Amino acid sequence: MKRIVFLDQSVPIIFDTALVASFYLLFVGHNQPGGGFVGGLVAGAAISLRYLAGGIDDVRSISRFRPWTILGAGIAVSMLTALAPMLRGHPVMSSMGRELDIPVLGHTYLSTTLAFDVGVYMVVVGLVFMVFEAFGEHVESDDTDAETA
Amino acid sequence: MILVLVVHAVLGALLFPTGTRLGRRTFLVAGIAPLTSLIWLSTQLPSILDGHEHTEHLTWVPRLGLAFDLRLDGFSALMMLLISGIGLVICVYSAGYFSEKSTSASRTAGLLTMFAGAMLALVLADNLLVLYMGWELTSVSSYLLIGNDHTKLHARAAALHALLVTSLGGLVMLAGFVLLGQAAGTYRLSDIVDHPPTGTAVSVAVMLILVGAFTKSAQYPFHSWLPGAMAAPTPVSAYLHSATMVKAGVYLVARLAPAFATVGAWRPVVLGLGSLTMIFGGLRALRQNDLKLLLAFGTVSQLGFLMVLFGAGTPEATAAGATMLVAHALFKAALFMSVGAIDRHTGTRDLRRIPALGREWRVFRLLTIAAAASMAGVPLLFGFIGKEAGFEALREAHFAGSWWALAGVAVGSVITVAYTWRFVWGMCGPTEARIEQVDLANVVYRPTRPRWLYIAPIGVLSALSILFGIAPALLDTIETVAGRALDSQVLSVHLAIWHGVNVPLALSVLALAVGTTLFVLRRHIAPVLATGSRVPTGTRVYLNLLRGTNVLAHRVTGVVQSGSLPVYAGVTLLTAALVPGLVLMFSTQWPGLPKIAESPAQVIVVGVLLAAALATAAVRRRFSAALFLGTVGYAMAGLFVVQGAPDLALTQVAIETVSTVLFVLVLRRLPDRFDRTSTSRRRVGRLVISAAVGLMVFGFAIVSRAARTAEPVSTQMIDRAYPDGHGKNVVNVILVDIRGLDTMAEITVLAAAAIGAVALARTGRKRKVSEPTS
Repeated sequence: MKRIVFLDQSVPIIFDTALVASFYLLFVGHNQPGGGFVGGLVAGAAISLRYLAGGIDDVRSISRFRPWTILGAGIAVSMLTALAPMLRGHPVMSSMGRELDIPVLGHTYLSTTLAFDVGVYMVVVGLVFMVFEAFGEHVESDDTDAETA
Repeated sequence: MILVLVVHAVLGALLFPTGTRLGRRTFLVAGIAPLTSLIWLSTQLPSILDGHEHTEHLTWVPRLGLAFDLRLDGFSALMMLLISGIGLVICVYSAGYFSEKSTSASRTAGLLTMFAGAMLALVLADNLLVLYMGWELTSVSSYLLIGNDHTKLHARAAALHALLVTSLGGLVMLAGFVLLGQAAGTYRLSDIVDHPPTGTAVSVAVMLILVGAFTKSAQYPFHSWLPGAMAAPTPVSAYLHSATMVKAGVYLVARLAPAFATVGAWRPVVLGLGSLTMIFGGLRALRQNDLKLLLAFGTVSQLGFLMVLFGAGTPEATAAGATMLVAHALFKAALFMSVGAIDRHTGTRDLRRIPALGREWRVFRLLTIAAAASMAGVPLLFGFIGKEAGFEALREAHFAGSWWALAGVAVGSVITVAYTWRFVWGMCGPTEARIEQVDLANVVYRPTRPRWLYIAPIGVLSALSILFGIAPALLDTIETVAGRALDSQVLSVHLAIWHGVNVPLALSVLALAVGTTLFVLRRHIAPVLATGSRVPTGTRVYLNLLRGTNVLAHRVTGVVQSGSLPVYAGVTLLTAALVPGLVLMFSTQWPGLPKIAESPAQVIVVGVLLAAALATAAVRRRFSAALFLGTVGYAMAGLFVVQGAPDLALTQVAIETVSTVLFVLVLRRLPDRFDRTSTSRRRVGRLVISAAVGLMVFGFAIVSRAARTAEPVSTQMIDRAYPDGHGKNVVNVILVDIRGLDTMAEITVLAAAAIGAVALARTGRKRKVSEPTS
């Protein structure tokens, strides 16, 4: 595989920044543009950058969990968040939360819907990993391209 | 109650990952679940025996009237006692049955525990839909347990057979439940039985429910899955396919009969098919050489008997049914465990091969014979008490055809005695007559003493059969309470051995005498029985149906699924364009065009968008087309920004970025350029379809702007987003709170798509390996 110095140098920086941005979008989603879905997609775009720079092996080295584990865990998190209110006699999906004063962040409202959104985020990231796993392998046509080029 | 169910579910789930670490001792751990259930039941039992009930309630979907209603009344308590009591015995037995190195022990134990939880939910449910849920969960766990030995083809086929029959029956039953629930205005089982609705819909509903009950309880003509289910390990068969799960259908009939026995064709259907099942199941049992199969057909037959008793719907028959239910569970589980022990020690269940058992097996033999005698209805055993009560109840009943039912049950009892003889003879009869191969006939099997873990569980159940046979009055209270829970008109039950010389006694004596005669004359009767093999069996009918379905599906698929992506896309798009398009054309008023543009920015963005779209269609390279398609998406995001929707724009940009990258990944595997071979006629066709879709979407957008008559629901969502959802971003509140269930479903679809993509990619790869390069 051809390596490009510019990508090799810039991707690690951009990757971390994009990941932070994706977390930001995930957490502010309830009050500003963002949310689990968008956050997951931004993280997915960051993962795509890693793929461009280092191929499938680099993508695999991002997380020590397998793609399907992330995907399944995401579904589980959302499902459990949805079902949890039943234990306290509330209908499925009813949200619970309380207002908190957290240092640095200030006065905020922490809700169970955030946990639900975290699940959505994980599903989207898991999906991106899965697609790379499925189609991201080194294909022979790359070699032939490289030879003819 | 909910706590007991949760214990079963959690413990079951925890047992799976233990793997081989606990060995066969996992079954002793699994025993905690039934033990918890029994302890909880014992705290409730005093008030239940006083005639009270215990209810628990958990809201589920209040707007649909769906609630997790549980109710412990006398009959549920009896069922719970059976499920958990026999469950505990089976757990102990399994700890001896499975081999030390068994790899499937933890899986089996986990599934058994989960099954027991589902079964408890079924008998405790006071809501038809909750009952249905338990019902299908037992079907699924039964499927997994029958296919326990998943490396064997016949086990997998048998598991599928059971699943298809019972779950199809379950679906028919669900339709019946919905009809019944709508007619009654409630899904609460106790309310429906107390105030049964009437009408044609109810008659239909009851028949549909009976289909479910008959498939689950293996009644003719749906019985064929049960003998196949014997592919499961013997402890599983003993528990699911004799003592508990197959009683689910009987349980449902018992619950509904007091209210609906006089509705429509209930009695002719239930009593007719029940008697038939009892007789023909017994006849099939007489032809078996495999002792486990013999018991399986015996179970089919006995379930028919229970169906007749509970289906009659008279108070006496209901009470007799409750007695017979206990008797059957006690002796049938014991007999299955005996066969399992023989199988594990001698390596065979075929009565033509089982060697003579040595003196070490004396106790075992006595216990087995006691249980078998209870099945045959020999006096001083509990089976006799149950059978007598059944005869008496049917004799006293005064509905049309009650004498037919009594006659059918009497004939069935004769056959029961005959196949019991065959079972006992097969297990410990003289070897000369039984074993065909000479070299095997002289073998006496003298193992080291059979493990106590086998003997103890069989001993407990057989001892109970004997105890209740000698002192049946011990069960008077619980049987009375159980009967009254079903039908308030049930009088106090007084079980006794001797009722004087009367019709039931005469029938019992007749059954024993004629049944024994049948067995003695077996060589003369065998040719007659053999003619039964010419009748097509249920299994063959099932296989033909399955094959027919496959052939039909194959042909339909051949026509509908041509495999051409352009054809699929064309059909889908044309449908999407024509169906709403025609409605638009003929039934709405054209409101006139709005202003072409509101700001210069719009013009620029739309210009880029149009140019990119045209370029996508025009370029020859796939790669360029993908990039232009991405440009269309980004331009769309630009339009969102111009219109003041940053949230949408953000999402659109992110989606476009990720999907373009993923698109390119897949494109690497395709040829660089598009096919040029498409004819001009095809090209015109595509153009027409594209134009139609474009026109329809355009028209739809224009018309829908003007067609609104009701207050949009979005204003309400915006109003409530902050006070109720605590979020200022309305879109997000809608996604995670207001329409959270939709999001839940969507991420499930995402996951399914991801799994599908990986699976597809991998099959392609495999094929590459198997085919040599061309």
